[in-house]
Amino acid sequence: MERQLIRLNVNNQDYEIYINPKTLLVEAIRDHIGLTGTKRGCDTVSCGVCTVIVDNMAVKGCSVLAVQTEGKKILTVEGLEVDGKLQPIQKAFLDEGAFQCGFCTSGMLMSATAFLKESKKPTEKQIRDGIEGNICRCTGYNSIVRAIDAVAKGKYTEDK
Amino acid sequence: MNKYTVINPHEPFRVLNTHVHNVDGWAKVTGRATYTFDVKLPGMLYGKILRSPHPHAKIKNIDFSKAMELDGVKAVVTGKDTLGVKQGIWRRYKDLCDEAILPVDKVRYIGEPVAAVAAVTEEIAEKAIDLIEVDYEVLPAVFEPLDAIKKDAPEIHEGFERNINVTRHIEWGDVDEGFEEADYIREDWFRCGGQAHMCMETRCAVSSYTPDKKLTIYHSNQSPYYMQGLMAGVLGMREGDIRVIGPYTGGGFGGKFELDGAIFCSTILSMKCYRPVKIVFTREEDFIATKRRTPMFYYSRTGVKKDGTFCAREAKVFTNGGAYTGMGATALYLTGFFHSFPYVWKGYRYDGYRVYTNTLPSTSMRGFGAPQAMWCSEQQIEWIAADLGLDPIEMRRKNAHQEGTILPGQATIASCGIGQCFDEIKKWIKSKGKLRANRSIGISACGFMSGGIFNWFDTPYSFSSAVVTINQDGTVELHVGAQDIGQGSNTTMAIICAETLGVKVEDIKVHSGDTDHCPPDLGAWGSRQTLMTGNATKMAAEDAKKQLLEFAYAQSGLNIVYDLDIKDRWVHAVARPERGYDFGELVKKALRGKDGQKIVGRGYYTPHRKGMISPAYSYMLQGVEVEVDEETGKITLVDSMTAHDCGQPINHLGLIGQLEGAFSMAAGYGYLEYMPYEDGKLMNPNLVDYKMIRAPEMPPANIAEIDTYEPEGPYGAKEAGEGLTNPTAAAIGNALFHRFGVQMKECPIRPEMVVNALKEKAQKK
Repeated sequence: MERQLIRLNVNNQDYEIYINPKTLLVEAIRDHIGLTGTKRGCDTVSCGVCTVIVDNMAVKGCSVLAVQTEGKKILTVEGLEVDGKLQPIQKAFLDEGAFQCGFCTSGMLMSATAFLKESKKPTEKQIRDGIEGNICRCTGYNSIVRAIDAVAKGKYTEDK
Repeated sequence: MNKYTVINPHEPFRVLNTHVHNVDGWAKVTGRATYTFDVKLPGMLYGKILRSPHPHAKIKNIDFSKAMELDGVKAVVTGKDTLGVKQGIWRRYKDLCDEAILPVDKVRYIGEPVAAVAAVTEEIAEKAIDLIEVDYEVLPAVFEPLDAIKKDAPEIHEGFERNINVTRHIEWGDVDEGFEEADYIREDWFRCGGQAHMCMETRCAVSSYTPDKKLTIYHSNQSPYYMQGLMAGVLGMREGDIRVIGPYTGGGFGGKFELDGAIFCSTILSMKCYRPVKIVFTREEDFIATKRRTPMFYYSRTGVKKDGTFCAREAKVFTNGGAYTGMGATALYLTGFFHSFPYVWKGYRYDGYRVYTNTLPSTSMRGFGAPQAMWCSEQQIEWIAADLGLDPIEMRRKNAHQEGTILPGQATIASCGIGQCFDEIKKWIKSKGKLRANRSIGISACGFMSGGIFNWFDTPYSFSSAVVTINQDGTVELHVGAQDIGQGSNTTMAIICAETLGVKVEDIKVHSGDTDHCPPDLGAWGSRQTLMTGNATKMAAEDAKKQLLEFAYAQSGLNIVYDLDIKDRWVHAVARPERGYDFGELVKKALRGKDGQKIVGRGYYTPHRKGMISPAYSYMLQGVEVEVDEETGKITLVDSMTAHDCGQPINHLGLIGQLEGAFSMAAGYGYLEYMPYEDGKLMNPNLVDYKMIRAPEMPPANIAEIDTYEPEGPYGAKEAGEGLTNPTAAAIGNALFHRFGVQMKECPIRPEMVVNALKEKAQKK
């Protein structure tokens, strides 16, 4: 099987992995780098549980090859928390109970993070459209929308 | 956004019903939570399952020699590698144990496992699957229950005449007399669709069988204890030699408490090659080869008096059971029981027939037969009110259950808040004022059980058990067999334990999801854990607290008429709360008196003298505002309000989450989630074509929580996880009825059905 050495920067850490060039980004992250916070839930780029952020853009990890993200900055759920401190969006998810089984949560947090970077004063409709690509079977989304809204409204400050 | 109000709140508790974060929250928002999907063991192999392309066929021969030759393949198994045990979760009844999972003789639905391969990589296992040659003799197949009960229909299971898998009869009161007294009788036929559980984590398992004849299984499930018992049965092993670990479970919704292909095939493969084997279903496999909500044909006949007093009802139901029983027998009973809800009838009669077909087996799914029952009942009641010119809310109120209502031979209702639900929904409708021209409101009532009383699993154990162990520093270990599948049972149990002991939630470590270390519990289904495991947890905490207070009393020198208590880790006389000392201090002293033995409290719960169905019932009434595009038939939910009685709320955030989540699933059942079959083949087994609620479609889910007290529940609590899956489909149907006068008799209500109904109506005019 054809293999090649590729370099990925995930959560500000460089990784060198020797993989089949057809390997999906989500497979590289989970199976080769070993960060299992990012999940997989479908085979059709439909559910969003594999969402990560590539150069500030939310990307479904099953929709790109790992080699396509060489030289870019990849952020996964594990990269949100720094030195044991949660990001505002993570705190808001806790406060609003914006997760249940938790399987969609990593992807949802990444979509929300990318969305909040782009949209400073979003309406509720914009928030809903912003997470349309992520399915949550448990919560019915409203608690997630409340959490994103709370962060957008500046209810949380980042821990210093 | 949403409004949440509490009607008649009780006195404040320290922990109960306060804003407590989910105890697994940190793990879940940081990506630390590991699911079975993430488990990787040393030397682990990857398994894949070969599935039947035929809805009904004899397996004549399986040749896997070419697959075994492929480099990297370590084992191939077929039904011949098993004991051939036909299993089922109704294990008390041999007739209903009908599924081998890897059948030896014949396949009965498209997607049924035929063989499985373990290889060093998933890719090799996939290639090996393609190299297995199966020689089938294709048999005639039948897909719809009303075809399958015909005399000349193909026989799916030997000895089941007309493919009738199981029948259920419920009757109370005098039905015939009731109909005689009725001034008006209405009868309707309905059709209710299936629904996929669609858990975000597909079915998966990692099984590891070792030469010492011990088996360890990681499995995404709703009840580790059931898995342990069922696996012991199919493997001929002792339960105690099997350890089932259910780590974080990525959703269940009623679809993960039976054996599935992942747990069974990974185990058989591991037993053949003594290596850990992991099987993860693809999304397509999860759609075509697990189980689904039971599709039903419903006949309902209802007699009422002119003034709206309900007299009698009889119902006949034929369900599409698919190829195997699963939990379908329970769904068949419960749909019949809840079709009477939440009303008093002079006479009620139900006959249900579960029919085998060559399609995906159907089973329990959140609501457990009640969503189908309410889809038919709550629409028919709305039509009757219109036929008689009565107010639909007042007609419902007139006939509704109350505290003390007796359903003869079935249940006695100890707590019931539906009366106030009517008031709240009336208020909400009034507050909406005049609606836009393209919008209308529909309402629907229902109730649900707080755990089942039935023991078809034949467990010799208490239904729920809990052990509370107190460490020397005052921290607490709570061991329960309840399974947290996202509904938040770990948090709920931590809250009950902390409230009862008088400590803080952060003092409690909850241990669940491991049969080696947790007491047996029937698990997460039928909305049972808050009441049953909650009672066991409360009892265990009370037991531990009593032991501690005995030492405290002995040491205090107080007159015995004084009460001692612990609140917020503070041990004190109730009359003099300012004088006291720290909980940890008391524990250390108590340990000395016990020769260093830890304080251990034990609790258990099994329902007794609570009728046939459940110890307690939740009640609710929902209003939904619906917009319909007349040209395209597209339905949009604009707003909603649910008045809900779950007794004393325990886990505030968890409760809101359960109600909102159940509503989204119920809405999906009402107008989006459709499972079309052609010749036994599911036509949309993927998330592009299977439509479900996404964030933009979800309307506000306002809640008015009617605070009642249920004497059988811990602190007065009852169910909240499932009931709200029941009313929405009918509420949407009723909204359409009020706007257009059309009667929708099939769910989910698809756009083309709306367009056709409107056309038909125009033609009649």
